[in-house]
Amino acid sequence: MVPVTTIHYLALSVALLLIGTIGVLTRRNIVVILMSIELILNAVNINLIAFGRQWENMAGQIFAIFVITVAVAEAAVGLGILIALFRNKETVQADQIDLLKW
Amino acid sequence: MWLDATFFYVFALMTLAGAVMTVTRNSAVHSAIWLIVSLLGVAGLYLLQRAEFLFAVQIVLYIGGIMVLFLFVIMLVNLDMAAKEKQFNGQAWVALACVAVVGLELGYFWMKGPGAFKLAQPSLPKAMVMGGNTERVGDVLFSTYLLPFEIASVLLLVAVVGSVVMAKKRI
Repeated sequence: MVPVTTIHYLALSVALLLIGTIGVLTRRNIVVILMSIELILNAVNINLIAFGRQWENMAGQIFAIFVITVAVAEAAVGLGILIALFRNKETVQADQIDLLKW
Repeated sequence: MWLDATFFYVFALMTLAGAVMTVTRNSAVHSAIWLIVSLLGVAGLYLLQRAEFLFAVQIVLYIGGIMVLFLFVIMLVNLDMAAKEKQFNGQAWVALACVAVVGLELGYFWMKGPGAFKLAQPSLPKAMVMGGNTERVGDVLFSTYLLPFEIASVLLLVAVVGSVVMAKKRI
């Protein structure tokens, strides 16, 4: 069995990032789009941790903590916006909210 | 060694399978449950990478905090109608183009052989490792990264105020 190296973690991170990107681009439900953004942020975190381990540097883990902080803030505000949106438009489909579309 | 590899593949499978199911399920509640599986897999990967503090943060904050928030909002917002509608918009070709670009990039380096995947080795000698992971994270976070830490607290304050303002009926 091939020993697990940093490259393996990077490959996993790429796969997770692509799945998240596909989710953001193709889904209509805003809740699922927000979940896909969480997937993308997790892919970034895997990357940071893997490089931090590679270079025996704590900066990777610190940056991952900050990424998680931003993810929390983003999820809270995004879900708040979603509730306000649902109250006004009665829909959670991203392509039905097209007030600014010409 | 083989135990390490086995755990890596188990957690990687959890992460990827959970992610795929998150993106493809019709019901948002099912998506959320599968996202929890995916996040648990990522937490296991943190543990394998000797990031014990982040493992705990992932479990407590992501699975205990963000996912509960998601499920709360799913309960508040009526998604029964949305689950019956069309789930995907007509933008699959954009997503496929993104995947194709990254795939071409990876394929190019794959063709260049294993030398392209070799990472630079650290030039510095390994620093003396003292204390546990949490202790070291705290040491660095509260000395070198003190200013970003304070700015993050301001960001969280803005997020608290912003989400309350957004979700309130009238201000």
